[in-house]
Amino acid sequence: MKARVFVTLKPGVLDPQGKAIHHALEGLGFSGVEDVRAGKLIELSLADGTPDADIEEMCRKLLANTVIENFRIERLETAA
Amino acid sequence: MKSAVIVFPGSNCDRDLAVAIEQVTGRAPAMVWHRETELPDGTDFIALPGGFSYGDYLRSGAMAARSPIMRAVADAAGRGVPLLGVCNGFQVLTETGLLPGALMRNAGLNFVCRPVPLKVENSQSLFTSQYDAGEDIVIPVAHHDGNFQADAETLDRLEGEGRVAFRYLDEVNGSARGIAGILNDSGNVLGMMPHPERALEKAHGNTDGRRLFEGLLETVAA
Repeated sequence: MKARVFVTLKPGVLDPQGKAIHHALEGLGFSGVEDVRAGKLIELSLADGTPDADIEEMCRKLLANTVIENFRIERLETAA
Repeated sequence: MKSAVIVFPGSNCDRDLAVAIEQVTGRAPAMVWHRETELPDGTDFIALPGGFSYGDYLRSGAMAARSPIMRAVADAAGRGVPLLGVCNGFQVLTETGLLPGALMRNAGLNFVCRPVPLKVENSQSLFTSQYDAGEDIVIPVAHHDGNFQADAETLDRLEGEGRVAFRYLDEVNGSARGIAGILNDSGNVLGMMPHPERALEKAHGNTDGRRLFEGLLETVAA
């Protein structure tokens, strides 16, 4: 099975990278972009039956820094 | 004084730090590879060097913080052994949770590499006893991720408990409240973005970093 982990900055945490992307989009003439936040996508290939709790533990211990980041797990079940 | 410098793959200030420690204490530190699980017996000062451990993969300091030696480092710090993290070493300390907050990408997105004026906010700690309170010093910085951030409650607590050791006098990287270096709650762990080991001898341009190591030597030897 596979799982995707989305790591995003917590609301309110300054995102200089997102800001720079925002400015670049405006520079390209795209109007109406109100805000940009940049994050990470981490794809995990896991042994079948890996419990959710294990994936959450991986996020808390390493994949996200919960001081500044939130994470969201999306499980992609492979066909049995 | 028996010192140890931890070396991670991608550390690049480990030698500078070792030279500084040897010059001031008269004894070369043990260079301890990240895969080790124990510190040399009797280690009474540990330093985490600057650099780009693990290529800054995932987040600066994130991988190094989970390397085998860090368990022994955290145990020693818990017993009160002085622990200094400079630059990437500071990032490693926040990633291990030994210091609060996080070091994010510089607000201007640029790598900042220059001598910066700092204010010594706490001259009572075991690292800063050779400075005067409120003294202005100059120490070089060289970093991309030095933008210290924490929630308002944590920042208030750091300020209230005198745990802000150094503050930038100019805008450098967007750090909350201009914080350049902080102490843990028991005062034996210091993380700082500026490099005191790069301001040690006259040839460096100034020697303001030297007193940090001298203060430490005096405290540890006492």
